[in-house]
Amino acid sequence: MEIEARKKARQIRRDLLTALYRAGSGHPGGSLSEVEILMALYYHVMKIDPKRPDWEERDRFVLSKGHANPALYAILADLGYFPKEDLAYLRKTEGHLQGHPDRKKTPGIDVSTGSLGQGMAVACGLALGAKHQGKSWQVYALAGDGECQEGIVWECAMSAVHYKLDNYTLVVDVNGLQIDGATKDVMDLGDLEAKFSAFGFEVLKVGDGNDYEALCEAFDRERAPGKPRAVLAYTVKGKGVSYMEGQAGWHGKGLDEEAYQKAMEELKEVL
Amino acid sequence: MEGKNLRTVYGETLAELGREEERLVVLDADLSGATMTKYFREAFPERFYDFGIAEMNLVCEAAGMALSGLKPFVSTFAMFGAGRAFEAIRNSVCYPELDVKFVFTHAGISVGEDGGSHQCVEDIALMRVLPNMKVVVPCDGYETKKAVRALTLEPGPVYLRLGRGGGSLVTEADSVFEIGKASVLKDGTDVVLIACGQMVWEALRAAEELERRGVSAAVVNMHTIKPLDAACIRYYAGKCKKLITLEEHSIFGGLGSAVAEVVSACPGAELKILGVRDSFGRSGPAQELLVRYGLTAKEILTAWESMA
Repeated sequence: MEIEARKKARQIRRDLLTALYRAGSGHPGGSLSEVEILMALYYHVMKIDPKRPDWEERDRFVLSKGHANPALYAILADLGYFPKEDLAYLRKTEGHLQGHPDRKKTPGIDVSTGSLGQGMAVACGLALGAKHQGKSWQVYALAGDGECQEGIVWECAMSAVHYKLDNYTLVVDVNGLQIDGATKDVMDLGDLEAKFSAFGFEVLKVGDGNDYEALCEAFDRERAPGKPRAVLAYTVKGKGVSYMEGQAGWHGKGLDEEAYQKAMEELKEVL
Repeated sequence: MEGKNLRTVYGETLAELGREEERLVVLDADLSGATMTKYFREAFPERFYDFGIAEMNLVCEAAGMALSGLKPFVSTFAMFGAGRAFEAIRNSVCYPELDVKFVFTHAGISVGEDGGSHQCVEDIALMRVLPNMKVVVPCDGYETKKAVRALTLEPGPVYLRLGRGGGSLVTEADSVFEIGKASVLKDGTDVVLIACGQMVWEALRAAEELERRGVSAAVVNMHTIKPLDAACIRYYAGKCKKLITLEEHSIFGGLGSAVAEVVSACPGAELKILGVRDSFGRSGPAQELLVRYGLTAKEILTAWESMA
């Protein structure tokens, strides 16, 4: 299973980088860091049916860090929500894959995001709506650590705890970098674990947020009743491509031919 | 209905609707006693959600609840809903075209004593510019009741603007109200007065005075700013050639601007836009402020004199 997951992760990374290379712009860094998180949710945790994107009982996923959608698109294509060929039209006028997730255009996207902080709050409303109606589906939101500088993140955190949303899981892709540099230099987030704990979340830390098995294990843990859950996944921005790893400069930059070929070489199929 | 403020009508109508539509939920940001969603809260506590003093989150939570299959009404003051949470309304509700109804109160100068920080005269402009959004400004209690009911039948986002006060009755219990269809309160041939909200009453008073002076003035209650009833405006632009708009809102971007967008393609028509002139409000009793900021029938008469 672990080998399979690694192979799959490499494939997803190749697919997303190919889409970004063809697009000529986009966000490789945060897409690469979140691959295993999305894999754990889409291949292991969530109750979904790619043949029925509108299935009422499906679990909901919201990519609050909407700029990192190439990884999500690659996984949705891999699962068959839309043809893999569509990835070639990422960010292009003739395609349906927008620069940030758009529920009106792309099958499998439940919530349009892009303006940081809002996606996780919409996700919180989804979880509250589910509770209100006695629905059993779960809601997962994925945010970036830089995103947690937005005030709405903490407005949302308060309400998730206040309304005891134990059907709500907020995953934070803690890669430590944002556009202008390291999060600790741009605007230090301090102790995220202490912050979410203080708000009343059940907090799980995954020390290696690029470890598929560790993520699955964390998501599978029995929930604390009456509490929303925060999963802090400590990842590497640009994970899998040596020259992108840990480099803030690759947050939102397209790949040229040379960069693309080098990445493909590093991510090629290992037999 | 006479003398009742529009917020109370809103709250009572919500409570009625709660009995008819199970999926209706109401969200507020610590102002249920002022927006009057408290009437719904008291009737259906399990369907009322307070999000505290956090308006951006309020809007996004409503978006999520709409996506879950519920029918959320969101209320707070216009300043903090249309103003502070503008971008959440744009990106999390209008862009994905979700079924969220916004009823913001305390719009306009007539907020009174709380002063300029709370007197929102920009909300029509802010909401009108958003794709997928509809904008409704009822003129009295009867119309508020009908508008709130109409909202529940209207798909997608709608903004309903309410002031703090009430104003006199202009319509009747059985007057027809249809979103997007202007109501002509009085026909005329020399000038058309187009107003929304409690300014409709001022327009009627101005029309009476104009009649005494031998001027035939039509009065249009433009309760829907978007989608605008352009056909009605074109008709009167052709018939009267002279148009005057009056709104309790900035002259930039509101009803007058919307009318101007239509009139700009009407040859020979002349338009005067009356409202708050590039200014913030201040503290004072509502009636005094309306006079001070030129939101009265008298202002219409002065405008007419400059056109005649």
